[in-house]
Amino acid sequence: MSAMLHQRWELSPSVALRPEPFGALAYHFGNRRLTFLKRPQLVVVVRALAEQPDVRSALAAAGVPAAEWPAYLEALIRLAQGDMIRRADAHEGASV
Amino acid sequence: MTALDSRPRSGSLIEQFEYGLDAPICLTWELTYACNLECAHCLSSSGRRDPRELTTKQCEALIDELQRMQVFYVNIGGGEPTIRPDFWHLLEYAVAHQVGVKFSTNGVRITPERARFLASTDYVDVQVSLDGATAEVNDYVRGPGSYDTALRALGNLADAGFQDAKISVVVTRHNVEQLDEFKALADRFGATLRLTRLRPSGRGAQVWDELHPRSEQQRVLFDWLMVHGDDVLTGDSFFHLAAFGQSLPGLNLCGAGRVVCLIDPIGDVYACPFAIHDEFLAGNVLSDDGFQRIWQTAPLFAKLRSPQAGGACSQCAFFDSCRGGCMAAKFFTGMPLDGPDPECVQGYGESALTADRVIPGAGQNHSKAAATRNEPVMLTLQRREDLSGPPVTACAEDPLAGFDPNASRAHQR
Ligand code: SF4
Ligand code: SF4
Repeated sequence: MSAMLHQRWELSPSVALRPEPFGALAYHFGNRRLTFLKRPQLVVVVRALAEQPDVRSALAAAGVPAAEWPAYLEALIRLAQGDMIRRADAHEGASV
Repeated sequence: MTALDSRPRSGSLIEQFEYGLDAPICLTWELTYACNLECAHCLSSSGRRDPRELTTKQCEALIDELQRMQVFYVNIGGGEPTIRPDFWHLLEYAVAHQVGVKFSTNGVRITPERARFLASTDYVDVQVSLDGATAEVNDYVRGPGSYDTALRALGNLADAGFQDAKISVVVTRHNVEQLDEFKALADRFGATLRLTRLRPSGRGAQVWDELHPRSEQQRVLFDWLMVHGDDVLTGDSFFHLAAFGQSLPGLNLCGAGRVVCLIDPIGDVYACPFAIHDEFLAGNVLSDDGFQRIWQTAPLFAKLRSPQAGGACSQCAFFDSCRGGCMAAKFFTGMPLDGPDPECVQGYGESALTADRVIPGAGQNHSKAAATRNEPVMLTLQRREDLSGPPVTACAEDPLAGFDPNASRAHQR
């Protein structure tokens, strides 16, 4: 599974989340990208990132069953590509 | 969202959008009906300032509310928004309150100095309107000198180092052949091309017949978008073309009252910028307790967000992607809202246009009472190809003579 699992991530400072019935809208004020988080549980994971030492703990804290981790990791990687989330342990580099 | 407890929690994004969101995604705010130009196809029939225009304080209060609702950005238009004396102040106020701004302008106030200011701000996007890649085609609908004004503005922005301005083009019968030239023009200024559909809204109702792309041109446009779709913006306005067999990138649905909304210069809230008519008026931000209340509880919006019947379109193989096209285009051509778009590429619009229908009048009109030197001359240059001979006398003509309801147009995000 992705190395991301053991890294610390967080919501990018220029991103705001707006709760919506289906999950949330994420808007990046810098690159002006609008992204849809299509599951409420993904929103919980994203919000938990900054509070947890690594992505694995954030997934566990959000109660995501291990079988679904690959799908969630994929979603997180897509968010990282749009700079919606970024590495919090920045000295290790910001690449995915 | 209150009234819609029955909405499903899962389902595709399109399905979710149909039920509406807690705040709009594509909010247009027209700051003034005043304009230095008199474009023949103006969607808001602009020209004169409305004395009831929101004051600076009222505008600031509205921005505060948009910030609370987390409306991340607003498309500011008009009229010509930059001729409001407090325009630059409101721009800075919005950005300082986490409401990004994309504003549309004909370029009249984009001086070198303003361009430098704009280049120094984040969160501001500028969109310069241009409806012809040559002065001849542009000035025909936008008025004499308007091409030079737009190009001067684009030059000032580029010289100031403003990144990625937008050149916003309403696709018409006359400029649809110029798509490559528009693209070259955008490249020259380091800008992005944005193409939107001509709709029979505002003064556009009077010229739609003459200006909307012919059916074979719709195909040219579709093919061009299939090739260049990733490099141009369209505001998702051409989704009715999806019925040619392949969906274009973007959101394929009418967002009116669901994700799209208009606040006009006096604070009236309409379902869509192309639907300025009492039929689509949801309330007023001053008299109805603010924008949020209107967005979340207006009966009109609840209706637009409830499942809609496809009418005649539901039999069509392309209904899933085309969804019957543009509500405003249907309304202003007097067609049933649950039927085909007047520019239906499967040809059902044309037959519907020949059926009995009543074309609704304009919702409001802020056009200048008397023509000025900026008025486009298209109405005097127009060749009446539909006439086999000269009219008996000029005044014996029906006021609707020459109005061919078989013409149509489209949209932007
Ligand atoms: S499809 Fe037409 S009515 Fe619907 S949001 Fe777009 S312009 Fe407005
Ligand atoms: S019949 Fe309706 S759904 Fe089918 S292509 Fe025409 S407008 Fe679109």
